[in-house]
Amino acid sequence: MGDRVETQTTGLIDRTVGIQAENVHAWFDRLHALRGITLTIPERKVTAIIGPSGCGKSTFLRCLNRMHELIPGARVEGRILLGEEEIYGDGVDPVRVRRRIGMVFQKANPFPTMSIFDNVCAGLTLAGERNRRKLEAVVEQSLRAAVLWDEVKDRLQKSGTSLSGGQQQRLCIARALAVSPEVLLMDEPASALDPASTLRIEELARELAKDITIVIVTHNMQQAARVSELTGFFLDGELIEFGSTNELFTRPKDRRTEDYITGRFG
Amino acid sequence: MTRESYERELTQLKDDVVRMGEQAGEAIHRSVEALRNRDLEAAERVIAEDDTIDALHMSLEERCMRLLATQQPMARDLRTIAAVFAITIDLERMADHAEGISRAVKRLGTEPPVKPLVDIPKMDGLLQDMIRETLDAFRNLDAERARAVAKRDDAVDELRNRVLHELLDLMIKNPGIVPRALEILIVARHLERAADHLTNVCERIVYMVTGELRELNV
Repeated sequence: MGDRVETQTTGLIDRTVGIQAENVHAWFDRLHALRGITLTIPERKVTAIIGPSGCGKSTFLRCLNRMHELIPGARVEGRILLGEEEIYGDGVDPVRVRRRIGMVFQKANPFPTMSIFDNVCAGLTLAGERNRRKLEAVVEQSLRAAVLWDEVKDRLQKSGTSLSGGQQQRLCIARALAVSPEVLLMDEPASALDPASTLRIEELARELAKDITIVIVTHNMQQAARVSELTGFFLDGELIEFGSTNELFTRPKDRRTEDYITGRFG
Repeated sequence: MTRESYERELTQLKDDVVRMGEQAGEAIHRSVEALRNRDLEAAERVIAEDDTIDALHMSLEERCMRLLATQQPMARDLRTIAAVFAITIDLERMADHAEGISRAVKRLGTEPPVKPLVDIPKMDGLLQDMIRETLDAFRNLDAERARAVAKRDDAVDELRNRVLHELLDLMIKNPGIVPRALEILIVARHLERAADHLTNVCERIVYMVTGELRELNV
C-alpha cells in the first residue's frame, strides 16, 4: 500500500522520555472518569490505549499533557512522571509541560488561515523565533519526518486546508514535531481517514517511535495490533490489562479483555 | 456477516472438525478391517470415500480464510480458527494413511497371510481410542486431555517396532514372504504416522485453549 515510509527526525528530536503514571484519578465534575491508573509507558515505543467509548482512554491521554484540567470542573489526582519530572508537582508550569508533549487529534486541525509553511512553524514563531533560515530548516525537517515533504515542497505557501485529509493529518504531525517534543500523543489520529492514509499514519507512527515515545488512543483494534508494541485495555475508568500487544491480542489474561477484543461486548 | 452468524459459523467450523476427525478415524478402522478380512471391496470403498474427506478439508480451509478476511478475529477466536486450519490438514493426512493401508490391502489381494494379525489390530484399537479422546478434548477445550493423548503415541510406536522385528525374523527365515511382509510393514508404518498426525492435532488443541504453541511428545 503506497511507498515505504522512511522518516528522519535527526536534529529535530534530541531527547525523549518515558512516562510513569501512578494511581491517576480524573473527574469531570462528579463523574469519576479515571479510577487509579498505574502504568509505565516506555520510551521510544508505540504504546496503544484501547477500550470502548467512555472508558477513559482519551481522558487518560489528556492527563498526560495536563490538558484534562482545561475543561471546567475537571480535575486530576495522582502522580505522572514525565521522565524525571512530576508534571502535577508544585510550581510546574502546565504550558511548559504541553510544550514538551506534542499532540495529534482525531480531526486534522491545521490553522485555516495559515499556509503549510506557517502551520508547521507556528509553534516556533509563537515562541519568538524569527530567524528565517532556522525556520526553513525546521519546516523541511519536520515535513520530512512526517513524510509529507515531497508532496508539498513546491507549494509551501498554499493554505494548509488545501491538502487532503491524510495530508492534513501528517501536516499536524509535522507541526507537533517542529517544536522538538519529547513525547507524541495521538488521539484517534486516523479515524477520519481512508484505509491508505490510515496505513501511512500507522507506518509513520512506527517509524517515529524509533526516536520518540508515542502514545496512541484508538478505537480500531487492528490498528493497535499493527502499530504498537504495548497495549493497555481500559474499561470503566480502570486499566484492566497492560502488556505486549502480541500477547494481549492472541492470549489476553483477563476475561474482560478477551470479551472486548473478540467483539462480545463494547 | 453479523455477529450472530459469525458465532454460528465458528460453531459449525468446530462441529465439522469433529465430523472430519470421526470420518478419518472410521476410514482407518475400516481399512484395517479390510486387511483382516481380506475384503478388497471394502478397501476400494475406503479409497473412493477419501474424496469426501478431502472436500471437507478444502471447505474448512476456505471458511477459515473467509472468517480471517472478513471478521478480523482476535484472541480465542483467532486461536480457534488458526487451530482448525492446522488440524484439518493433519486429519486429511490421517485419512490419506487409511487410503494407503487400503492400497496395501489391494496389493496383497487374497494371498495367504504371513502370520496371524495381532499387533496391527491393536495399533488400530489404540489409535481409535486416541482419536475419540482427541475429539473430546477438542470439543470440551480440554488441554490436559490433549496432552495425555499425545503421550500415548509412544505405545503406538512400540507396537510398530514390535511388528517390524517380528517380520524381520520371519523374512530372514523365509525370504519368499518378503513382498507380503513388506506390505504389512507399510500398514504398520501408516498407522504409526497417523498417530503422529494426531499428536499434531493435540498440539493445536493445547494452543487453541491456552495460547501455548509447543511440541508434544518430542
